[in-house]
Amino acid sequence: MNANQLAFIALGGLAFLGALGVVLIPNPVRAALALVVNFFVLGLLYFVLGSQMMGISQIMVYAGAIMVLFLFVIMMLKLDKKAEEVAPGDAWRKRFTWLIGAVIGGAIFGGVMLPLASITTRVNPPQNFGTPQAVGWSLFTTYVWPFEVISVLLLVGIVGSIMLAKRRF
Amino acid sequence: MVYDWLKGLQDGAINPLGISGPFLLALLKVLLLIIPILTLVPGLIWWERRLLSWMQDRIGPNRTGTITFPDNFPLKALAGKKIRTFGLLQPIADGLKLFLKEDITPSHVDRKIYFIAPAIALFPAFALGGTLPWGPHTGIYGLLTPVANIEIGILYVLAISSLGAYGVVLAGYASNNKYSLMGGLRASAQLISYELGMAMAVAAVVMAAGSMKLTSLVEAQEAPLWGFVEGVQNWFIFTPYGLVAAVVFLIAMIAETNRAPFDLPEAENELIAGYHTEYSSMKFAVFFMGEYAAMFVFSGVFAVLFLGGYNMMPFQWDVLANQIPAMRGFFEFMASANYWLAPLTFIVKCAAGITFFIWLRATLPRLRYDQLMNLGWKTLLPVGVANFIVVGLWVVLTKIWGPVGGFVSLLVAMVFLAVLYLNFVSRTRAEAIGLQSRKIALVDPAPSQRRGITLVDPNKS
Repeated sequence: MNANQLAFIALGGLAFLGALGVVLIPNPVRAALALVVNFFVLGLLYFVLGSQMMGISQIMVYAGAIMVLFLFVIMMLKLDKKAEEVAPGDAWRKRFTWLIGAVIGGAIFGGVMLPLASITTRVNPPQNFGTPQAVGWSLFTTYVWPFEVISVLLLVGIVGSIMLAKRRF
Repeated sequence: MVYDWLKGLQDGAINPLGISGPFLLALLKVLLLIIPILTLVPGLIWWERRLLSWMQDRIGPNRTGTITFPDNFPLKALAGKKIRTFGLLQPIADGLKLFLKEDITPSHVDRKIYFIAPAIALFPAFALGGTLPWGPHTGIYGLLTPVANIEIGILYVLAISSLGAYGVVLAGYASNNKYSLMGGLRASAQLISYELGMAMAVAAVVMAAGSMKLTSLVEAQEAPLWGFVEGVQNWFIFTPYGLVAAVVFLIAMIAETNRAPFDLPEAENELIAGYHTEYSSMKFAVFFMGEYAAMFVFSGVFAVLFLGGYNMMPFQWDVLANQIPAMRGFFEFMASANYWLAPLTFIVKCAAGITFFIWLRATLPRLRYDQLMNLGWKTLLPVGVANFIVVGLWVVLTKIWGPVGGFVSLLVAMVFLAVLYLNFVSRTRAEAIGLQSRKIALVDPAPSQRRGITLVDPNKS
């Protein structure tokens, strides 16, 4: 095992623990914190993969901005109480939830892992891989249309949310 | 000699300590960044207290550390004399007091988060400096600074500074105290709002320099002023767009470090002490230290982005030496002084930034919450975006018409935008603000007109 694998396993494990924490911790603020840890470590994982621009955007946007907003909302609404326990009569519902979770989890896991099973050769990333220059270049040449369309989509989202928030009930 | 040793470390030579060379070099880099910050923080606290008291016509802490020798002191030279330290030992005495005080943990706190919060608050303050170059990129300084010269240097600074919110927010939440929670809420809203303005200001500079690497940003500022004035360095604060960006960045920077007039999270006359109300002894000191370290490092970021980084004066000494051969010796001396005094220059610039922080604190009253939000969203962000567009225009026009044409069209564009703003936007807004007043209902409105909260009489139910 080399240093790269060690770093990947350590960070991946931490990210996994964070993700588990989000689901299993009943206290909303602590669950949100676990999500912050997950996002932060995910950013570091991108660094391990050599994609520095992605990694720093992940930390800046998700860990730094979006999760602060999440915490703001959670604290504002005082969602301190523990999640309500499932009533005993709803045991079948609980089992059904587990089943759905297992199926979706298995599908995602299979969908990600199966294509990797056939890969045997190591592919070296191109020069400048993951630098802001390379990311910017491909965003504004190859992917310029998707990029612009997404920006319009985000704009629509912003305007729509403002419309909803400003609506007088 | 030192250079060869460091170079050897970088190349992986065996050193007497038996540690791998690059690792030792990395450790050295980190220590060279952290130790100055840690040792300067007490000095900063002293400077803040003394400067504030001078500005407020007080004396301030000037007694600690004064030693008065008795008349019959054996050493005749010292007998009956005083050794004054101008109160420089005051922060050390304060630190000692905080260290030895009883560490009270209130019984109702969320213990784990309560203990982690100060550490989380301290982490970004120190990590922020990771990409800051405090010396030139050639020779010995090039081997020692910055800790990591990565392509995304300035994004790293923005990312880490955005993590700074967590310490405050979590402290406010974990304290389980309404005032603390209010402080945490305010901090999170404030940091989110001002990060945008800051990012836009940074984006303008990055666009002008064409790189996000902090060393390249400093190099871009060593070019001729405005692209055509030879002999003067192009510090971004001297360029029109850079000046606007610098003002936006400065305001956002003060808000990010929670300093007056943006210290709403710890507004003592509204929220007791805000997010650190429930913290005592060393944990409080950690928050305090984090704030000062962040001030110091942010001043460094400002210096790198707008004030030419480690350059002493905005002159291109080598170009001047060629232009004015008669004063060649002097210019060459200045060039080498500029090189060797670079760390000192950088610290002086940081100190100037901190002095500005203190000056603002002594001058401006704290903002009201709605003023804070208006300033962030309705002034800084639009100005930052407009500035960003202007820089884009300048970059394109410089490529078409050359530096002079580009600069002239930049000035024209800025004047045009300013006139537009003053004529339309500010007038309508001034009218809106002038008429704004708070409605206070002196008479309880009829139940049908009540909106929002309805009061319930606890005696009837």
